Amino acid sequence: MRLPLTLTVNGEPVSAMVEPRTHLVDFLREALDLTGSHAGCEHGVCGACSLIVNGAMLRGCLMLAVQAEGAEVWTVEGLTESGAIAALQAAFLARNALQCGFCTPGMLVAAATLLKANPTPTREEIREGISGNYCRCTGYHAIVDAIEEASRA
Amino acid sequence: MKPAPFAYARAASLPEVFDLLDRHGESARLLAGGQSLVAALNLRLSSPGILLDINGVEALRGIGFADGVLRIGALTRHAELGADPLVARHAPLLARAVPHIAHAAIRTRGTIGGSLALADPAAELPACALALDATLVLASRGGERRVAAVDFFQGLYQTALRGDEVLAAVEIASRAGQACTLQELARRHGDYAIVGLAAQAGPPGAGVALAWFGVGGTPLRTPRAEAALVAGDLAGAQAALAGEIDPPADLHGPPALRHHLARVLLGRAAAALKGH
Ligand SMILES: Cc1cc2nc3c(=O)[nH]c(=O)nc-3n(C[C@H](O)[C@H](O)[C@H](O)COP(=O)(O)OP(=O)(O)OC[C@H]3O[C@@H](n4cnc5c(N)ncnc54)[C@H](O)[C@@H]3O)c2cc1C
Ligand code: FES
Ligand code: FES
Repeated sequence: MRLPLTLTVNGEPVSAMVEPRTHLVDFLREALDLTGSHAGCEHGVCGACSLIVNGAMLRGCLMLAVQAEGAEVWTVEGLTESGAIAALQAAFLARNALQCGFCTPGMLVAAATLLKANPTPTREEIREGISGNYCRCTGYHAIVDAIEEASRA
Repeated sequence: MKPAPFAYARAASLPEVFDLLDRHGESARLLAGGQSLVAALNLRLSSPGILLDINGVEALRGIGFADGVLRIGALTRHAELGADPLVARHAPLLARAVPHIAHAAIRTRGTIGGSLALADPAAELPACALALDATLVLASRGGERRVAAVDFFQGLYQTALRGDEVLAAVEIASRAGQACTLQELARRHGDYAIVGLAAQAGPPGAGVALAWFGVGGTPLRTPRAEAALVAGDLAGAQAALAGEIDPPADLHGPPALRHHLARVLLGRAAAALKGH
């Protein structure tokens, strides 16, 4: 079974036929070649697949692509091109907040979501804001530093 | 992992949901927020023939207040529950529970209906429903029936929902101005609780409901501890718990760990209720 799907991704209209079982992050990665969002655990735990859909952050592995009918989706590629996360990206680089980089697209989405709701978070609030995103490399400290730096800029 | 193939249908109204349930019977599963179901599909813990997506059913949405009763539609997302002014006023216990549920990205999609229908024993909202004496509205083609929270949660992941029914809404008599607190201990922020307590006081002199989660197969009340607490005997209430909860041993630790944590949480809850 394949169903028609029409949505907007990073500001561009997209139409495709998808299997119902394809989750949104796989659709973006495999059908659209937007491989910035990562599929890590695929059960909602790691946050590597974090996306912005209709203005709110969600897990790309826990939403079926067919459920995104008519939705407006932003991935790390679109957020990069629009410049929306440029300050965060610069701070991540300056603070060594990535090593292998697997978690980074999801971290940036979580950090951008946090800063939109709370432009000057405390370190405690930053830790809470990224609590749904795993990083196996950095130990988080540098990520908290980077988000703090971006928020003070 | 990737899910096994399944079919998918969107329902736009409750009659359409009932038609689809009739047609597909046991092979169908309702899809609400998907924050538990899609995870289970990805892990191939569940393999339904067809998913019935209820997200477009208007009748399951919205939060209203009339005649002293707050009605919360089943499709209310955790994030909406935590931000709604009617909930904050009439059932503040629910608003306090929301920050403890998973992470922001999951609260964007997860629904109160999904949480109650799933009935995870370590979840916050089923225990809140019990503490609030909530009524669950179950809809089927034949009409609606109302089930008290205490009768709804029947066992581990088992509820009073029949296969032809949809959980439509939750109704709660206003608790405006009454003290409440939600206490829980989890290993990491956003994890399911190791032990949790939803405590809701009634009007002055009317007692307090203690609803526990993470200590058994269902959320449960502890009437002897409640009575002792109302009498001002915190130590007695803590001691009573030993005979009222029977927590399992699991990866978190032996039953004694949860007994200890429950006493700690009761102490914190008593202080929070007093400070109200
Ligand atoms: C990493 C992670 C951490 C989490 N941590 C927590 C936590 O700490 N606390 C917590 O409470 N939850 C937690 N959750 C679960 C989350 O709250 C889910 O959103 C919730 O349990 C299920 O709601 P849903 O709307 O997503 O339901 P779905 O996943 O869509 O459905 C769950 C089940 O309920 C049925 N169902 C859904 N809606 C209805 C209805 N209206 N009528 C009848 N049946 C229905 C479905 O058929 C399915 O069987 C976590 C999830 C993840 C992925
Ligand atoms: S891949 Fe979605 S949370 Fe891990
Ligand atoms: S940088 Fe490797 S997982 Fe975060």
